[in-house]
Amino acid sequence: MSRMLQLKLRIWRQGGPASRGSFLDVDAHDIPTDASFLEMLDIVNERLLEDGIEPVVFAHDCREGICGTCGLMINGRAHGPELGTATCQLHMRKFKDGDEIVIEPFRAAAFPVVRDLMVDRRAFDRIIEAGGYISAPTGTAPDANEILIPKDVADFSMDAAQCIGCGACVAACPNSAAQLFTAAKLGHLNVLPQGQPERWRRTEAMVETMEQYFGSCTNHGECHTACPKEISLDFIALLNRDYIKAKTKNRRLASQA
Amino acid sequence: MLDAKIPAGPIAEKWDNHKFSIKLVNPNNKRRFTVLVVGTGLAGASAAASMAELGYNVEAFTFHDSPRRAHSIAAQGGINAAKNYRNDGDSIFRLFYDTVKGGDYRSREANVYRLSQVSANIIDQCAAQGVPFAREYGGLLANRSFGGAQVSRTFYARGQTGQQLLLGAYQALAGQVAAGKVTVHNNCDVLDIVVKDGEACGLVIRDLMTGETRAYSGHAVVLATGGYSNVYYLSTNAMNCNVTAAWRAHRRGAAFANPCYTQIHPTCIPASDDFQSKLTLMSESLRNDGRIWVPRDAKDTRSPELVDEADRYYYLEEKYPAFGNLVPRDVASRNAKTVVDKGMGVGPSRNGVYLDFSDVIAADGEQVVREKYGNLFDMYERITGENPYRVPMRIYPATHYTMGGLWVDYNLMTTIPGLYAIGECNFSDHGANRLGASALMQGLADGYFVLPYTIGDYLAEKLGDPVVPTDDPAFTESVTAVEDRTRRWLTVKGSLTVDHYHRELGKIIWEYCGMTRNRAGLEKALNEIPVLREEFRANVKVLGSADTANQSLEKVNRVDDFMELAELKVRDALHREESCGGHFREEHQTEEGEAQRDDGNFAYVAAWQWQNPDKPQKLLAEPLEFEYVKLTQRSYK
Repeated sequence: MSRMLQLKLRIWRQGGPASRGSFLDVDAHDIPTDASFLEMLDIVNERLLEDGIEPVVFAHDCREGICGTCGLMINGRAHGPELGTATCQLHMRKFKDGDEIVIEPFRAAAFPVVRDLMVDRRAFDRIIEAGGYISAPTGTAPDANEILIPKDVADFSMDAAQCIGCGACVAACPNSAAQLFTAAKLGHLNVLPQGQPERWRRTEAMVETMEQYFGSCTNHGECHTACPKEISLDFIALLNRDYIKAKTKNRRLASQA
Repeated sequence: MLDAKIPAGPIAEKWDNHKFSIKLVNPNNKRRFTVLVVGTGLAGASAAASMAELGYNVEAFTFHDSPRRAHSIAAQGGINAAKNYRNDGDSIFRLFYDTVKGGDYRSREANVYRLSQVSANIIDQCAAQGVPFAREYGGLLANRSFGGAQVSRTFYARGQTGQQLLLGAYQALAGQVAAGKVTVHNNCDVLDIVVKDGEACGLVIRDLMTGETRAYSGHAVVLATGGYSNVYYLSTNAMNCNVTAAWRAHRRGAAFANPCYTQIHPTCIPASDDFQSKLTLMSESLRNDGRIWVPRDAKDTRSPELVDEADRYYYLEEKYPAFGNLVPRDVASRNAKTVVDKGMGVGPSRNGVYLDFSDVIAADGEQVVREKYGNLFDMYERITGENPYRVPMRIYPATHYTMGGLWVDYNLMTTIPGLYAIGECNFSDHGANRLGASALMQGLADGYFVLPYTIGDYLAEKLGDPVVPTDDPAFTESVTAVEDRTRRWLTVKGSLTVDHYHRELGKIIWEYCGMTRNRAGLEKALNEIPVLREEFRANVKVLGSADTANQSLEKVNRVDDFMELAELKVRDALHREESCGGHFREEHQTEEGEAQRDDGNFAYVAAWQWQNPDKPQKLLAEPLEFEYVKLTQRSYK
């Protein structure tokens, strides 16, 4: 059965990308333990509205932990205290009566605040556009079973492919690096036979686009801890290896041209 | 009156004949056309990428901050294809037959046959893109049986098939963005479709980040905007799924077909309280091993593990010995409602039934169950705080998918020339009930393999025509209307929130037009909805400004459209004096309590034509003819 919590919230409010932000202190009474974290914010927002205060803007959509839209810093941790869990899947029973909870947006130079807790993560799309795909125009594909992929390779690829693109890795990183996000896409595509023809071009282009927007990786590993899909740091190792290879291979190819 | 433009000839040759007979646009001329695509889910992203590869200029619109977040991403189970890789007797004809039967004979044969034909191409296409489908040790693709199908034709990527297929389509789209053939407009809510001289020529959006209203012009407009399950407030859809673009198209003249056909998915986590914002689906695959029951005695409140075998009512196994817990979705859902309505429900709110894994855990061990369903069990525990390895899950049906949608002809064109509808937002392929693992198939079939061909037939006639300029009166009138409508909400200054009204609407529509319907209830809803709508319009409270990100303002337009759709949905349910698939009229059931169709009077598509705000829509009927599938009473005993 649901119990009720009395909470003190400190919620980041910011009018727009260029405005100065500040914390709003809210006494959140009678929050049911069965509510999800976002449902708790729904309740708070309904009460703010009743009091004539504009509700807090936060991004969310599927509330099943798969679309990657939601993402908050909860007491300084991306997606909050529960490992392997996106903000929408975090439930209030993980908190204690009387807790103070600080709620902030994902903070990174590449993720400017749109309003309140909502940030703009379009820089991720730029990384994918740089090469995060296999060129296979519709209609050109051979029969699916003509491409044999050992089960362990397919599973390894899937481990990386399940990234939801939420940006927690960037928010958790002291350098605001996007290595885990980029490595997840490279890991998904670079180990598959279909991904080989564009492997080196893809790696170089994606890594260098990433560096235009995000900081550099210094192997803290905070990204993995914050990741709701618990994507392995091994993929960053793979990214680094492929990037070095790509630089030499691509230079050699360029000199032959 | 409605011309579905179904090609002549034997069903197996229709699509090939049609592809040959429709007009083509020369490859060099394709770059002279601009196509606007609304929505970037499976249908929208695959269509936008495929048309761009052909050479068309594509502008894609999504209300998300990235195309990758469309709700197709949440599909768990899999995608069907008639590959017959399992050597178990599958074929194009069998998939076609199963889909028409599963839809309770209310879909169009020619469209479904085409869907089955291209299903195999979809798997090839997705594998080539690098979708990491499940594999056997030899490296070949794995399959499973799904949703009660008697062959194994479902391809899957763990429990995240929709995610992986969508990322495949999103990546194809990203490749075309890089090639300069697609422009993606993020955070854009499409609030009107612009029609000039009877043809679709553009759309009007509100930028959800800045509040700005803008118009875009193109030679054709494609809607790939998903379904309208959120009319129920609580559904398995994402929070922002809405009917707005489709509804605005309807108000501009596109007929809306079969709005009463809604799929209620049997295995969702029951609502726990008023604060509940959405319902979470647990994959249907759980029914392969879980046994569904409630205590025989409604007053039996013992903890489930203490209830003796004899005191458990395994109602599906008792009623349907052949299919048992694997009966189709509509049948499983209705039976759950029946026992809960009798007061036999379980859980603190008595609003669920048990899905019990103790037998399979005892037989195969916890480890085997963990390997099969571990991620689902974890998700259940995260949401409910209960451990399903120890106590049975509690489940209850929830609205999941809408078979109805914009009426389209064989080319997927709506009744407005130049306006197309693909994926869940059209009505065409699933009849009155959709089979599991068929939604992904249809979205990708429309986007990769149907629309890119059929749109050429319309565009070929327009060669050399410039797009309508956005300062044309057709555009300026629409922009003004959108701005006025948006700003008006801020002047209402009422006392109750948008969510309050949305919840109230949901209660009415779930009560009277949900899993079962009857005349008295529908008539009651038809009285209550307009009253609620008027109150909502006069008393809703929206704060803030139209010139910034404002989530209440986003929602209020959507709920306003749901209010109108709800009324049409009820009217459609009232007019259809039969039961079929997801539409169960209590007055029309067999002696055993199954859906009783009336093929003599209702074997047609009900497409509703907008007239004006004060005059109800007019019914246009498209008769359904069945040449290849024999109409029978569905039986799962």
